[in-house]
Amino acid sequence: MPNEDNLFVKIRNYIFLVIGLLAIGIAIGVELMINPPESPPFDLLPILLRGLAVTIELTLLGAALALVVAIVAGVARASGNIIVRTIVGFYVEVFRGTSILVQLFWIFFVLPLPPFNLSLTPLQAGVLALGLNVGAYGAEVVRGAIGAIPRGQIEASIALNMPPGMMMRRVIIPQAMVRILPPFGNLLIELLKATSLVSLITLSDVTFQGLALRQSVGRTTEVFLLILVIYFLLAYPLTLGVRWLERQRQWAT
Amino acid sequence: MQANSSDPIVRFENVTKAFGELTVLRNLDFDVAPAEKVTIVGPSGSGKTTILRVLMTLEKPDDGVIWVDGEPLWHQKSGSKLVPASEKHLRKVRGNIGMVFQHFNLFPHMTALRNVTEAPIHVLKMPKGDAEQRAVELLNHVGLGDKLGHYPSQLSGGQKQRVAIARALAMRPKVMLFDEVTSALDPELVGEVLNVIRELAEEGEMAMLLVTHEMGFAREVSDRVVFFDKGRVVEQGPPEQIFGNPQNERTKSFFNAVLRH
Ligand SMILES: Nc1ncnc2c1ncn2[C@@H]1O[C@H](COP(=O)(O)OP(=O)(O)OP(=O)(O)O)[C@@H](O)[C@H]1O
Ligand SMILES: [Mg+2]
Repeated sequence: MPNEDNLFVKIRNYIFLVIGLLAIGIAIGVELMINPPESPPFDLLPILLRGLAVTIELTLLGAALALVVAIVAGVARASGNIIVRTIVGFYVEVFRGTSILVQLFWIFFVLPLPPFNLSLTPLQAGVLALGLNVGAYGAEVVRGAIGAIPRGQIEASIALNMPPGMMMRRVIIPQAMVRILPPFGNLLIELLKATSLVSLITLSDVTFQGLALRQSVGRTTEVFLLILVIYFLLAYPLTLGVRWLERQRQWAT
Repeated sequence: MQANSSDPIVRFENVTKAFGELTVLRNLDFDVAPAEKVTIVGPSGSGKTTILRVLMTLEKPDDGVIWVDGEPLWHQKSGSKLVPASEKHLRKVRGNIGMVFQHFNLFPHMTALRNVTEAPIHVLKMPKGDAEQRAVELLNHVGLGDKLGHYPSQLSGGQKQRVAIARALAMRPKVMLFDEVTSALDPELVGEVLNVIRELAEEGEMAMLLVTHEMGFAREVSDRVVFFDKGRVVEQGPPEQIFGNPQNERTKSFFNAVLRH
């Protein structure tokens, strides 16, 4: 049976692969925390890894927000209503057109001031900035993917008498998904890397711990080498996953 | 109205369709008998595709009534009046019609087999095993029994079009529409697709409405040829008459132009 070629089976395998690699990484991290190595530079690891939970938490929450924002804004921008399209288009262009660091400072330092009077914890501010920034890029991905479905696919579905919901689920979304997933994987990597900016609003992520460690013990090269390796090891499973996904596109003409 | 065998399976009654200023179908009256094979020929832009598309419910006519197997397609009865059809009514009547497209429009994320089973399983609610058995039969029938697990991107144009024919047949339509189904194919692949359609025509019980530029083929398979121009039927009759001895000047000059090139 051709089932092992099925798109959904492939996507499931991909998700398992990424989760598996992340689990291995986390297991190694926990092991290093419990049995801290003695020899330099690894003696610095336990302190740096204290920031890992914050980095991962920010990545997951930011990604969840970005996903919701991307789908809602992307579908809204692909839809017919001109008012909705304009408002969402304004959001997308503003967040793509300005620096994420500036967005973060606005959310954390400016929003608490009048007339906004909206104070957020550093974590909330970080998640909001990451989610809105990456969500804006994601929205464009979603819009492009829906727009790229050829009209003939919709006509074939009508000719086969599919009701609109079934057409969306069985014809449009699976095809849009193949276009969406690889760029979404790349955006997730961008988001992970951008989490390091939150150290500037006092969140104690990996980068924050590294900066603190450098202040207290020096050893600048070792500290930043370890930080580099940690981010790379977090991002690399995602990179592999994206590359693998892109190879699955051969049928997506 | 109860359909019986002498009633047309498709009837266009005074159907008009315009795109903006351009009137493509003008008060068209046109019948297809059950099991009849009708070829529509005519110049480019004359509205041939539009006839098929309003029948497939891909375009909505501006005026007139289309009847399919005794039921109005775009309307439903409310007392003695016809009112615009509900989605439910439209889906019910549309189920009698199938279509094969110029550019195949296969689902690229499904294998050949799943392209054919998808709608029977989910639209007709056929048990999966039955749908697969029937799909295998149909794909065998169009000569693709060895390509069940192939994705469209792994098939040639001629093979794709044969899968598309099997996919449409799996819904067991009473009327099948073919819109220039060989014109996107490399010349050497046209024959294999025409052979499949020729066999379908010979098997019989399904009405077929074909738009084609393959005049030799039209002559062979059609019970009736309709020459269509500027949104109207100009001349129609058995193929020998239309091709061999056309009466209308426009028909004559069209065939002269087509046959000369
Ligand atoms: N969706 C549309 N919007 C605007 N104009 C359209 C649309 N569909 C068709 N037309 C126009 O209607 C006319 C008839 O089109 P149709 O496709 O029915 O012609 P045809 O006889 O099938 O031509 P061909 O032999 O080139 O396929 C053409 O002038 C075409 O440009
Ligand atoms: Mg046409």
